[in-house]
Amino acid sequence: MTVISKSKNRAAAIGEAAAAGARPLTGNEAIARGAWEAGVRVASGYPGTPSTEILETLARYPVDDLQAQWSTNEKVALDVAIGASFAGVRAMASMKHVGLNVAADALMSLTYIGVNGGLVIVVCDDPGIHSSQNEQDTRLFCRLAMVPCLEPSDAQEALEFTRAAFALSEQFDTPVVIRSTTRLSHTRSVVALGSRVVPPSRGFREDTKKNVMIPAHARARHPRLIEREQNLAAFFEQNPLNRWEKGDAAIGVITAGTPYAYVKEILPGASVLKLALSYPLPMELIRDFALSVGRVFVVEELEPAIETEIRAAGIAAAGKAYFPRTGEFSPEVVRAAFERAGVLEPQPKPAPWPVQSTPRPPVLCPGCPHTMSYMAIRALNARVAGDIGCYTLATIEPLRSIDTCVSMGSSIANAVGMSKAGTEDKPIIATIGDSTFLHAGIPPLIDAVYNNANITVIILDNHITAMTGGQDHAGTGRTLRGEGTTRIDFEQMVRACGVKWVRRVDSYDVGQMHQSFREAVAFKGVSVVISDRPCVLDPVRIRGPVFAVALDACTACQSCMNLGCPALGWDDTTVEGRHKVKINAELCIGCTLCAQSCPSDCIRPVSPAA
Amino acid sequence: MADTETSPPTNVLIVGVGGQGVIMVSKVLAALCQLHGLQVKQSEVHGMAKRGGSVFSHVRFGAQVWSPIIPHGETDILVALEWSEGLRWLDAMRRDSGTFIADTQQIVPPIAFRDRRPGARSGYAPQSPAAVLEMVGTGFALDATRVAAGLGNTRIANTVLLGALSTALPFPVEGWISVLRDFVPPHTVAVNLKAFQAGRDWVESGSRPAEEAARPAGARVAVAARGHRLEITEAWCKGCDICVKMCPERCLRLDERGLAELANPAACTGCRVCEWLCPDFAVRVLDGLGQPVA
Ligand SMILES: Cc1ncc(C[n+]2csc(CCOP(=O)(O)OP(=O)(O)O)c2C)c(N)n1
Ligand code: SF4
Ligand code: SF4
Repeated sequence: MTVISKSKNRAAAIGEAAAAGARPLTGNEAIARGAWEAGVRVASGYPGTPSTEILETLARYPVDDLQAQWSTNEKVALDVAIGASFAGVRAMASMKHVGLNVAADALMSLTYIGVNGGLVIVVCDDPGIHSSQNEQDTRLFCRLAMVPCLEPSDAQEALEFTRAAFALSEQFDTPVVIRSTTRLSHTRSVVALGSRVVPPSRGFREDTKKNVMIPAHARARHPRLIEREQNLAAFFEQNPLNRWEKGDAAIGVITAGTPYAYVKEILPGASVLKLALSYPLPMELIRDFALSVGRVFVVEELEPAIETEIRAAGIAAAGKAYFPRTGEFSPEVVRAAFERAGVLEPQPKPAPWPVQSTPRPPVLCPGCPHTMSYMAIRALNARVAGDIGCYTLATIEPLRSIDTCVSMGSSIANAVGMSKAGTEDKPIIATIGDSTFLHAGIPPLIDAVYNNANITVIILDNHITAMTGGQDHAGTGRTLRGEGTTRIDFEQMVRACGVKWVRRVDSYDVGQMHQSFREAVAFKGVSVVISDRPCVLDPVRIRGPVFAVALDACTACQSCMNLGCPALGWDDTTVEGRHKVKINAELCIGCTLCAQSCPSDCIRPVSPAA
Repeated sequence: MADTETSPPTNVLIVGVGGQGVIMVSKVLAALCQLHGLQVKQSEVHGMAKRGGSVFSHVRFGAQVWSPIIPHGETDILVALEWSEGLRWLDAMRRDSGTFIADTQQIVPPIAFRDRRPGARSGYAPQSPAAVLEMVGTGFALDATRVAAGLGNTRIANTVLLGALSTALPFPVEGWISVLRDFVPPHTVAVNLKAFQAGRDWVESGSRPAEEAARPAGARVAVAARGHRLEITEAWCKGCDICVKMCPERCLRLDERGLAELANPAACTGCRVCEWLCPDFAVRVLDGLGQPVA
């Protein structure tokens, strides 16, 4: 197979970046820029849409400016940032919303400890669940952790708020959360840039009462949190990051983050109080604003985080009575809510065009190495605990072979529980990607061995974190900056966890795959199959000689189409009314899987290997 | 065009399938707007995009742009890099004044081929480009992928459409060309410029309505479905499981005695793989009339 290298410019330092001026940046790029301008020295994270590009952008700044790294999971990432803060430099951790659940344990102690070097946690929410497992609202987490939460509304603010967050962190001895959303992270607009200012390192500050959370110290710190909450709220009573835009006195809108843009689009004339910080709230400012207008609305995506606090303070305001608590906002959603509230006249909607489109769910790529793992699993009639990654797509047509998916790393322990429940006659299988296995799969594998579970674990090792766009991890042998490093060997790792039955198989070897899976489920105890083939998309795009169907021999059984390969489609010729198969030469990457699964042996390579 | 303080932004929605270059088209447009000193917001959701799913990118520009998302029904120009993706977003376009620019190329998703019974049709959008264009008013349907193939590289179909789009916006052509140069890999500049010009020429030569575009895939054959049955000679079946494992529709199983049975008759397409593969000749496929399938 030939390998076409993809120009990823991993190492390309942002030379021109140092230049000030204005440039179009996405929200994520602006956050990275803001952190760089604020003099961040250590940044760590774990990939997750829509947060991934923040660290990828930071890694393009000169290595002398900052250390940027992928960590094995979000808790590790936050702990790395905490360590750097202890050591006296500005530090950042970035993750998607559910990543904060993983990092929560560290966060809940960190908030008591506070910071030495400024520490900012960037958390990207996903209202509308574009590519996540839920749409939890990070602002409620900030309330729980008593950590201030800044909500930028566009890329310019993303840069400015991130800069401000580091100063705020040091001033108030607190970690600070920047809450982004998919829309902000992935919208590009022109941003005015500043220059980088690195505060001198504060050095490690020896102070066990602050840095060591034993009960006696923690008890002393807790009241300080409450004091800090009050101080922050007072500080934001008069702060230029909040904006009071005087307009029509009949309608007042309190908002923060991206919904601000929709409010301006839909109600350009209204009075608006745009809050920079959604926790803690400057309640006197809000009260003054509310008194200056007629009806008060709170417009916020997902949970009524601001509304609840405002109403608890005795200020009359309406929010979720009209605005949805689920899904992403848009101009239509905001308009419809103001129509319901009687602020706007309902607009007639034209009837939809009488056209029929085609459903297009995401699919595994042509030649995706995960395909054969699930074909082999289907032949076993097993109960399959799934996990999170590209391979979760095997849940839907045509592979239809995953029964559960909870959160990253859940598959293995879910399988343990199913086997312990003793209700299933079927073999019990957990399938987990390489990145997910390193993220949260090792403790449950040890649990399975320790508790003698009878399960089979299939590690889908495609040598990359594919789902999020192709990031390196500890099993790829490369760092975020593309430098070589120690590569974790899955086979050794699994054996070290105490697993006795381990086998590595080539994911494209159909016979071996079937055989190994059968033997693995027959084994009593924990067995592990490592299904091994690189992703065909990242880090390099793989393409081999293309395959074609010999139409005269095709019996139109469509066995090959069970692979769900997007390169396989119908030919116009038929057998008994069923279509023969045609391969799209533009899409085929020559993985051979369809050829191996054709019962009439009519799928053959078109040209010799180039 | 939004060039005064008060006029609303211009809204361009670019749609297609992962890997087609939707984002490239929108980035070029956004950069051009910036060059002209306009405020511009470009918003897309990626994540599942490269895995063959739908991709769309909103570009809004003008003196002042608030929402990064185009309000529904206010898209001035809808650019579709794939035919049925264009249809999916048709309602986002302005009824009275919207312009529809679409590649007639069809990327048929695997799910459209799910029905494998004899005579089944593909689930791809059934209407012809000509019929759709007749409805929408201002519309251009061109086989950009074929134009690109003619230039030797189907991957530049997006640049052909960019050329077509350039005719619908009042920016001078030189600006487009200089921005395009910056966005494509250096060794492809020449061919991309040709593709861009081809898209412009196509629209300006007024080759409307739609070229005779490809017929929706697989819409031709219509043979009545016939209820297939399997005849399994139990005395000959030794429960080797081959037919169960090899059935493309997974409609066979071994019963409690370990003999093959048709567990899901509705899913059987009568493909006869089981009949051919049974080493003991224990399976025969019969048509709806109980006759062996010829
Ligand atoms: C706690 C948490 N962090 C991050 C993510 C985002 N995410 C989804 S899948 C995935 C990684 C998948 O990588 P891998 O397991 O190697 O499977 P692949 O996509 O390569 O098939 C990540 C990071 C998440 N869903 N939850
Ligand atoms: S990106 Fe890689 S792992 Fe994901 S579907 Fe494509 S080939 Fe498979
Ligand atoms: S060889 Fe077959 S299965 Fe593999 S990519 Fe080509 S058409 Fe798809």
